[in-house]
Amino acid sequence: MKETPLSACERTFLLKAVEEKKRLDGRQTYDYRNIRITFGTDYGCCTVSLGKTRVLAQVSCELVPPKDSRPTEGIVFFNLELSPMASPAFQPNRQSELLVTLNRQLERCLRNSKCIDTESLCVVSGEKVWQIRVDVHVLNHDGNLMDAASIAAISALSHFRRPDVAIQGRDITIFSPEERDPVALSIYHMPICVSFAFFQQGTYLLVDPCEKEEQVTDGLLVIAMNKHREICSIQSSGGIMLLKDQVLRCSKIASVKVSEITDLINKALENDKRVRKEGGRFGFAESMPKERITALKRDEAPVEMTGVQEMAEEFLSKGEAAPEVVSSPVIVATGTGQLGEGVQSTWGLEEEDEEDECQGEMDKEEKKKKKAEKDEVMVISDSEEEEVVVLNPEAPKSKGKRPKH
Amino acid sequence: MDQIETGSGSVLREYGSEQNLLSKPDGSATFLQGDTSVLAGVYGPAEVKVNKEIYDRATLEVVVQPKVGMSSVRERAREQCVRETCEAVLLSTLHPRSSLTLILQVVHDDGSLLSCCLNAACMALMDAGLPMGRLFCGVTCAIDSDSQIITDPTAQQERESRALMTFAIDSKERNVLMSSTKGSFSVKELQQCIALSQKASEKIFQFYRDSVKRRYSKIL
Repeated sequence: MKETPLSACERTFLLKAVEEKKRLDGRQTYDYRNIRITFGTDYGCCTVSLGKTRVLAQVSCELVPPKDSRPTEGIVFFNLELSPMASPAFQPNRQSELLVTLNRQLERCLRNSKCIDTESLCVVSGEKVWQIRVDVHVLNHDGNLMDAASIAAISALSHFRRPDVAIQGRDITIFSPEERDPVALSIYHMPICVSFAFFQQGTYLLVDPCEKEEQVTDGLLVIAMNKHREICSIQSSGGIMLLKDQVLRCSKIASVKVSEITDLINKALENDKRVRKEGGRFGFAESMPKERITALKRDEAPVEMTGVQEMAEEFLSKGEAAPEVVSSPVIVATGTGQLGEGVQSTWGLEEEDEEDECQGEMDKEEKKKKKAEKDEVMVISDSEEEEVVVLNPEAPKSKGKRPKH
Repeated sequence: MDQIETGSGSVLREYGSEQNLLSKPDGSATFLQGDTSVLAGVYGPAEVKVNKEIYDRATLEVVVQPKVGMSSVRERAREQCVRETCEAVLLSTLHPRSSLTLILQVVHDDGSLLSCCLNAACMALMDAGLPMGRLFCGVTCAIDSDSQIITDPTAQQERESRALMTFAIDSKERNVLMSSTKGSFSVKELQQCIALSQKASEKIFQFYRDSVKRRYSKIL
């Protein structure tokens, strides 16, 4: 299914609104949409909603041999996926241009900025290191996927705990969470992406563009920055020429936004930690809004067990019992085998044999006749083969009912 | 020997759902069963690719997205189970030559994942307003080593169980639309599990009814 394109009048309306410093959702030029960070029951599971944009991140880990060039460093791997849920235009397992750009940008923001201490992920130098895998799923696309993905990824990484390991000689023991508390990753700083959309060759700019605004934008500038105001990466796309002042102004705006978002992430992390420590309830089930009319929740419900036994009994007694199975194989002709009752191989058999199956009992005379015929068949088909052995020559028994339990 | 006891196992964990939470899809819902959580999104009826077009009914596509890694055979099997259940209830002949896409995202797996997928799918289809002849729900039963039947098992209970069964039950006659089983069990145990699932389905259908009632309470 294709994406619905913007009509010409929608386009002019949006551009006119940008000129008048107005936005569709009533935001100001430098405003972000509402950010909501929730953590799941697992460590390292996090959903971020940025307005209507929704992203799910999950961090997982695995012990792998390190890369030959870096034997003492762990591996961090990012995988952003555009789920077809997010937009009908996204195809599953298809490498689109947008997907490649987002993946690359996420890697540059989080891996190349060296925000994660990869050396602490080394277990045995040159043999075993932790591979940290970050899966980011885009669940709903309403613009500014990059910012949402970077917030989700860094929050999930900060939330994640890997199992503790102990090394004794050459033995590596991995402790389950019950045995030893899992260990958090050491994260030096939190780089966060901030996107700017430019209109009319850079005359107007908007922070956190929504999907419609992204469709009419001339160019996009993404700045990844941490709260110490250090720029981790800058990417300008769309082919707009920006002045030095504009980039500097953007970086100033970014520093304000990043410090706000970092505070929010830290608050969410602390909140989750506190609830877990107090033994309270946490996870997505708890973060589901209860006041919404579209949401409903029910407590644990017992299932009535009375009558189940009777229902099963009744069903069993009503239903026809399975016919008894003849376990010995019946060989009708050489090279053919038969197992069970009523099952007949149709290969190389005369049609008369099937009649034999259908009718319950037969006259002895007829049987003899049949036998003679069978023998004839044998003579025709194979001359010097072994004789036909009929292991179970009786006619099938009448179907008996199974005894009641 | 097959005596089942009214133990603590026969409960449905705390369950809940939220509909219409994503803006892009035509219908969306999350379904929670205890800690297990699945997010579903539906697109359709929409244009269909020529090679997938069926001249007299809509083409239903189901995608199950795992939380970690790429989708594998296990997800394909789940997709098939859900697709066949949905095909049985959807009145797809009303939308010939069109496509329906159902995407299920696993958010957390703590047992009974397939039944949670089915419930999320049904809620999302309801939200999308697609014509269905009847509703369906999923119930998972596990038989533990003491031959006790546990409904809606957790991941831990699933691991310790001897057999695991998931049924899709329809809302009209409480018939079994789909069944997926693992492990060994007797015919009687199977019948007991079906009977129990039919009982449990009442609760879920009542929940569907309540949530729809709540949703449209301001309009009616």
